[in-house]
Amino acid sequence: MAPEPYLGPETHSPVRHHILSVLVENKAGVLARVAGLFARRGFNIYSLAVAPAELHERFSRITIVVDAESAPLEQILGQLYKLVNVVDISDLSPSDAVERELLLATIPTNVDSRTGLLDVIGEANAAIVDVDAHHVTVMLAGTPNGCDAFEKALESYDDVELHRTGRVALPRLGTSPQTH
Amino acid sequence: MQLSGAQALIKSLEQEGVEVIFGLPGGAILPVYDPIIDSTIRHILVRHEQGAGHMAEGYALATGRPGVAMVTSGPGATNIVTPIANAHMDSTPLVVITGQVATAAIGTDAFQECDITGITMGITKHNFLVQSAQEIPRAVAAAFHLATTGRPGPVLIDVPKDITQSMMDWWYPSSIEELDLPGYQPEVKLNMEAVAAAVALINASERPVLYVGGGALKSKADKELLVFAERTKMPVVTTLMARGAFPDSHEQHLGMPGMHGMYPAVTAIQKADLLISLGARFDDRVTGKVSAFAPSAKVIHVDIDRAEFNKVRASEVVIQSNVAAAVAALDAARATPENLDVWWKEIRTWQERFPLAYDEPAAEGPLRPQAVIEAILASAAPGTIVSSGVGQHQMWASQYWKFEQPGTWVNSGGAGTMGFGVPAAIGAKVGRPDRTVWCIDGDGCFQMTAQELVTARAEGIPIKVAILNNAYLGMVRQWQEMFYEERYSEVYLNADLPDYVLWAESMGCVGLRARTPDEMRDAIKKANEINDVPVVIDFRTDSSEKVFPMVAAGASNDDIMVHPSLRREA
Repeated sequence: MAPEPYLGPETHSPVRHHILSVLVENKAGVLARVAGLFARRGFNIYSLAVAPAELHERFSRITIVVDAESAPLEQILGQLYKLVNVVDISDLSPSDAVERELLLATIPTNVDSRTGLLDVIGEANAAIVDVDAHHVTVMLAGTPNGCDAFEKALESYDDVELHRTGRVALPRLGTSPQTH
Repeated sequence: MQLSGAQALIKSLEQEGVEVIFGLPGGAILPVYDPIIDSTIRHILVRHEQGAGHMAEGYALATGRPGVAMVTSGPGATNIVTPIANAHMDSTPLVVITGQVATAAIGTDAFQECDITGITMGITKHNFLVQSAQEIPRAVAAAFHLATTGRPGPVLIDVPKDITQSMMDWWYPSSIEELDLPGYQPEVKLNMEAVAAAVALINASERPVLYVGGGALKSKADKELLVFAERTKMPVVTTLMARGAFPDSHEQHLGMPGMHGMYPAVTAIQKADLLISLGARFDDRVTGKVSAFAPSAKVIHVDIDRAEFNKVRASEVVIQSNVAAAVAALDAARATPENLDVWWKEIRTWQERFPLAYDEPAAEGPLRPQAVIEAILASAAPGTIVSSGVGQHQMWASQYWKFEQPGTWVNSGGAGTMGFGVPAAIGAKVGRPDRTVWCIDGDGCFQMTAQELVTARAEGIPIKVAILNNAYLGMVRQWQEMFYEERYSEVYLNADLPDYVLWAESMGCVGLRARTPDEMRDAIKKANEINDVPVVIDFRTDSSEKVFPMVAAGASNDDIMVHPSLRREA
């Protein structure tokens, strides 16, 4: 049986979250350094995504959504900046950012429930990416709020297996992020 | 030139000007111990790896140069974790080299394997697991650069055994660019707007205090500080980490602030309208209850580390800079408070009314620990270096010794590491063989690391150790007496067990004992005449003696308790 999906807190967007786009050296243990710093200083991470940076194989970009209520942003930035492998930090407030994340969910279906499910999928603009006789796997690439809403809509289905990537973000065009 | 990784490691240390390594060999670091025989670098063989780390710290604190320690993998590495954490808290430049199991064995739970880079991630400024022999020079050069620039700190280099055994083509980085540290920019351009804002605050202040922290010593700011303080006539306090940054004999010096600070220093901060924090970090042992700390003061915060700004106390002006450059800039801009006569008059009344105080010892003993420190001081040459452990004796040493110059106080501040004193004194003496080095220790601390006196005797490092033996873990006893209704729990140590004189002599040191003021003077005189071997004096002190002044934990600094004799007068 699939494990109970973790539905998380009421919303995945904390009231005062900030998006940090952290350029780091692509070296062993860098993610542990960043995560360890957040853990030992008591800073809350809402989501975290890591991928090679566009510039060069030498660098990776970590997109961290932090709870700016758990610690002042100035403290978080100051401590992150001290990590030797951190090259650059840009800090986006949600209003200045285009944020997206990816959601994948496998939903058990049968003949009776399939039509209703297809409606939910259609309304959310999600796409079906895999199907067998008893399941549908869908994908939604959207805003964090859109993913929240879709996740909520799937709550009425039992035994849903659901994964979200955590968000990635870029500055909204016409705004300039704070670089530190 | 082809070298083994081990040879390259030692040659890299030579390139960095290292004159001494404190260490202890073992399996994984074994290859590196072979080229030490042919090196100009002195190696000091410790008896426990913790000793190596604290010696390297003592060396760094006394000389201003980075201390170097080398140990093996596994337990060798974990034994040096405490000194690394201590150095991290006190921003002491250290380079620690640990052996590691061979690359192919990493992750297999091999003999004496441990993930020391993982363990020390949060207590080093940075650490490296070296991936190839060719990379050793870069790792060493980067470690020294990181340890000594910006906010200094410990850097660990973990070197797998197969890498020290493999061959490399010798090279050494000749520029910072070659260190491959794209995210590390320790040099900060002074923000002149912030300096101007600070000048305006200083000019408008009537009750300023220069709150001097360890950053003043790290940036060698003592001369700039003296010039600036004397021109502006502002009162100065020096934290536990900054003792020696400003002469204790100077009439503008109010002494140490904080939990066991001098009454005038603590109270001047409480009444100040402006705090100029110079490389200090508003530690809880200084602030007491933060919301009640310096309630009417605006704050100018100078620090090389921006993460210190607004961490504990919000500041009106922040200046990211080393202390020396910032103080020079404030002085060049002629920052001058108006007339401080009223302020000084108030401060002088506190100094007259609430000096340090203790009751005179009886002729038959026991000794007063404060009197022992004053007696050692009275016969000490200028420039004498003092180390201590952690506890009552440390506070008395900081209160009663007169620190006149940088590098004379070797102490564990932020971490509060008992047992720091003896090995740190050894490291200080190695770095400054021209100076007398006294370790003012407690009986509890002494028992933690005393075995390093064997190292001191074997290596010809003649330090002097004054054990203030009150038969208790004294600071804990003081808290239990004052805050736990005299319910003494697990603090009694027994003044006669061990026999400190016999123990000292078994380690090749001279052991002396003093129970009365007369014996105290004789023992100090004798210790001062011995300059070829370490001396240990077992001073029998009054166990009921407490450190005053004191601000209870979590209390406001306004509620400072002075010595009972002063309370009766008041």
